[in-house]
Amino acid sequence: MLLRTAWRRAAAAVPVAPGPKSEAPTRGLRLRVADHAPQFAVPSDTATAPQAESVLRPLYMDVQATTPLDPRVLDAMLPYLVNYYGNPHSRTHAYGWESEAAMEHARQQVASLIGADPREIIFTSGATESNNIAIKELEAAIQPDTSLVSVMTVNNEIGVKQPIAEIGRICSSRKVYFHTDAAQAVGKIPLDVNDMKIDLMSISGHKIYGPKGVGAIYIRRRPRVRVEALQSGGGQERGMRSGTVPTPLVVGLGAACEVAQQEMEYDHKRISKLAERLTQKIMRSLPDVVMNGDPEHHYPGCINLSFAYVEGESLLMALKDVALSSGSACTSASLEPSYVLRAIGTDEDLAHSSIRFGIGRFTTEEEVDYTVEKCIHHVKRLREMSPLWEMVQDGIDLKSIKWTQH
Amino acid sequence: MAAAGAGRLRRAASALLLRSPRLPARELSAPARLYHKKVVDHYENPRNVGSLDKTSKNVGTGLVGAPACGDVMKLQIQVDEKGKIVDARFKTFGCGSAIASSSLATEWVKGKTVEEALTIKNTDIAKELCLPPVKLHCSMLAEDAIKAALADYKLKQESKKGEAEKE
Repeated sequence: MLLRTAWRRAAAAVPVAPGPKSEAPTRGLRLRVADHAPQFAVPSDTATAPQAESVLRPLYMDVQATTPLDPRVLDAMLPYLVNYYGNPHSRTHAYGWESEAAMEHARQQVASLIGADPREIIFTSGATESNNIAIKELEAAIQPDTSLVSVMTVNNEIGVKQPIAEIGRICSSRKVYFHTDAAQAVGKIPLDVNDMKIDLMSISGHKIYGPKGVGAIYIRRRPRVRVEALQSGGGQERGMRSGTVPTPLVVGLGAACEVAQQEMEYDHKRISKLAERLTQKIMRSLPDVVMNGDPEHHYPGCINLSFAYVEGESLLMALKDVALSSGSACTSASLEPSYVLRAIGTDEDLAHSSIRFGIGRFTTEEEVDYTVEKCIHHVKRLREMSPLWEMVQDGIDLKSIKWTQH
Repeated sequence: MAAAGAGRLRRAASALLLRSPRLPARELSAPARLYHKKVVDHYENPRNVGSLDKTSKNVGTGLVGAPACGDVMKLQIQVDEKGKIVDARFKTFGCGSAIASSSLATEWVKGKTVEEALTIKNTDIAKELCLPPVKLHCSMLAEDAIKAALADYKLKQESKKGEAEKE
């Protein structure tokens, strides 16, 4: 498409600054554009105006946090941002009708990805809003023994897949509502709301290569699940979520779901291979590396590794040309280590040493190789700087030491 | 009609893509996660990383923090007969700010007497490294590490004196 040609031309036209010593991979979807924002510089009182440095952008390995827009999704959205700008709820003219048609088409695309009926899909601003609507239903329930089970399909920190079908079966036999937050799972693993007996499901646009600011909630019609609206207004979306539906965003969500349905099998195979490559290479080259999460029931694109004796945030700082995330306390605003790692019984010092690698649809083999190479190099370097590593090398059992508490 | 619209659309999109790299540099606010270049410098160009002989009578070793807290600093000082710190080494398990704080601490104690080193305050370390509020505890731990090393040195000196008196 002409848009993609323009994109490639833009990439060629922009002057690329000489990169870091080892060749970071530059092909692939990502635009390695000369970034004029000063990297890592904190403007202090005495600093002069920031220099326009040409700095390459980091590799993106944090797909659990958010995903880039698939170009096919942008192609689908662009007409609705520029030309077909009608309000989908306007009944009296072509602008409204064409917007409404697009919205309903998107609804069908989302529904077919999860085996639902389009009438069961309500568009929201994201999975967070969907979760809130689903949970509010619990408060609206009258009987004291009515309850709701809410489980994440795929965990965003360690990638563990929950046994959704089994949970659904149990809930349905006990007449208990079952909600699942499927933000990390939709379009990545096969989901069917009827096979898995799911009553409510939250969907997020920007986790599946769609736009940010949009999501959906699946609400079962047979048997009917009653929810209470979070926001009231003009009664759009069957009264369950008032507010004008943002046509370009939902078209993007729909397109993302359709693309995901087509690409799911291929993506899963490719991502599994890359994940295997990453973990094998790291584990073969470094001792004392632990993978967090059940290795069997695991989504391959989310790899959470703990590098013993090295603190997570220092590794993130060292890997400054790769965008990663950590379950360490320093990187959470609260200074508490990841509650997920704590819940699965990870030792506290290992919880401080964890890094999450995200592999997605556009991650290339070269990016994985580069990340692995840098990771191994910096873990070795940080271990040289670590008093814990030194003690372990000297044969001291760390658990026997009486540490000072600060 | 649609074709013309589509053509305009493509041109607008192309212009957007071509224009965006040349946007002026953004003023970045300073969230805790943005690493100050002074902090990064201490990792990329490490100074005084390592160990001194902890059995030596002239070496004081301070080990503070806990792995469960995500911060452990080991700071060692070598003191000459006149009470001046001639060498210092550190090893740290902790975030970038912790590494930088302990690294800076070893730089500052070198050349100071034992009494002068006691006056190093965590606020000075934090100011020098431009640590954000959420990282101030790293500088406090570095101050604790200095004090622990000095205390250990004093203890060794007293026991050395004690042995000398016994003979």
